[in-house]
Amino acid sequence: MIELRNLSKSFRTADGPVEALKHINLTVNDGDIYGIIGMSGAGKSTLVRCINMLERPSEGAVILDGQNLSELSDSELRQIRHQVTMIFQSFNLLMQRTCLQNIMLPLKLLGTPKKEAEDRARELLGVVGLPDKANSYPAQLSGGQQQRIAIARALATEPKVLLCDEATSALDPKTTHTILELIRDINRKMGITVIVITHQMSVVQEICNRVAILENGSVVEEGEVSDVFTNPKATATQTLVYPEMADGSVTLTSGKQHIRLTFNGAEAAGEPLVASMAMDLRIPASVHTASIRSINGKAYGYMLLEIPGGPDELARAVKYLTGHKDVLVQVTGEYGKEGVR
Amino acid sequence: MSFASAFTPEKLAEAWEIVVRDFPLALWDTLYVTVLATFFAILLGLPLGMILVACDEKGIRPWPAPVMKVINVIINFLRSVPFLILIVMVIPITRLIVGTSVGTVASIVPLVIAAFPFVARLVEGSLREVSPNIIEMAQSMGATPMQILLHVMLPESVPSLINNFTLAITTIMGYTAMSGAIGGGGLGKIAIMIGYNRYKYAVLYAAVIVLVILVQVFQSFGSWLARKCDKRLKH
Repeated sequence: MIELRNLSKSFRTADGPVEALKHINLTVNDGDIYGIIGMSGAGKSTLVRCINMLERPSEGAVILDGQNLSELSDSELRQIRHQVTMIFQSFNLLMQRTCLQNIMLPLKLLGTPKKEAEDRARELLGVVGLPDKANSYPAQLSGGQQQRIAIARALATEPKVLLCDEATSALDPKTTHTILELIRDINRKMGITVIVITHQMSVVQEICNRVAILENGSVVEEGEVSDVFTNPKATATQTLVYPEMADGSVTLTSGKQHIRLTFNGAEAAGEPLVASMAMDLRIPASVHTASIRSINGKAYGYMLLEIPGGPDELARAVKYLTGHKDVLVQVTGEYGKEGVR
Repeated sequence: MSFASAFTPEKLAEAWEIVVRDFPLALWDTLYVTVLATFFAILLGLPLGMILVACDEKGIRPWPAPVMKVINVIINFLRSVPFLILIVMVIPITRLIVGTSVGTVASIVPLVIAAFPFVARLVEGSLREVSPNIIEMAQSMGATPMQILLHVMLPESVPSLINNFTLAITTIMGYTAMSGAIGGGGLGKIAIMIGYNRYKYAVLYAAVIVLVILVQVFQSFGSWLARKCDKRLKH
């Protein structure tokens, strides 16, 4: 279990002190995939670096399984960092070393015998699905493959916690999806707690069970992902959950009824949901705005429907749409005034 | 004696005789002075360059700022003394180490003293090319500052180091010609003592041509090796 207690971090700059993190309190339970999301500049990177003490917090404590990391010496911290490992947006592989040597690096630092380290590295190449890349150099690999090698390297010391700092931000949507699947697999099979730092709501939506929303160095909302998604309270959260509203490009027509569908890996990608509703119920809903990606035949994204008629049509439409697996149905009015059926 | 008369058939025949007689030994002297001086310059300059990067204010293991200031001032001082003057300045040190201040072996000492601060700066440049992200990665997996230097920064900058060491060896070869002035052997000595002082310009040019070819050979080999070692390029 990781607890952040009243964690603050300020930097001295030429323009005076800047408070990057302000009194953060969070608890990450064992086995969680915990998302920390925020716009750039919200303090996400600083926060994740405080967890493994790459940045020493100015105030407050980071407690890993009852041990206060803020009180440890540099050499004690180096031991902790074998248990709390990290992957990065830019992968950060050694470009002059083979994949196998990259994965062996943390073991080499620990003084593990070479043969043992190599066996472990080969095993991990299998875990991340690249058993034939042992002697390849990172430059010969795609971005997704490089991140797989970085993940294998992060697993080499059998950590308890894996920190992912924007680990998929440099990858295309399809590769992002496969990397997230790998991270979820590792979480489930190895029981490794994962903390995911991201600015993409879709990442949180896809793998996290809990999420904290960070804005200007403070946690403005925290909870189960499904709750936060269904009923986002803070403005920052709404901006992340409903990006189409945030930029002002889409405004709801007042006096009209709207339904918001959120597709969270629904199998219905090929199914004409709106069209079949129009035929079955004779409610010709119009698509107000939509953004849906199909990944491996599953739908991710949202759709905003305008429902003609009165409350009766609305209720029938909600009833019809509800019950599709992994499709979240919300009746949408204005921000902060939402009812969920 | 006019310049043109130095290239009459008789003069050229005489020059050729000198080339055949004296050049093999001079070439050998130049090569071994260059290689040995470069070796010792790297031996001193490599750790010093590592210190410059690692112990910097923003480095992975900062030293007190005044210490770094002193080191930098010494390096800059040694780098700014003209080589001919440095040779004379370090005569006591040369005597102490070699037993004499003249001759081929003795010329290695001032060469090393002039070159190691240069090498240190080159190493500093190479190591600074390593991305801060890579260093942060090593820190995040619990590497000590020494491990970061040895297992991350040095291996990552090998191609750049090879390029810079090539620059160092060609520069040092240029310096060996100057050390000919104080009795160091080699092609530089022949160029000055025979070619210039005794008006045998054909010999002077021959020595220069051989030096140019040597530099070309070293440079081509160094560049080739650096390219071959660089795994960022897809093979």
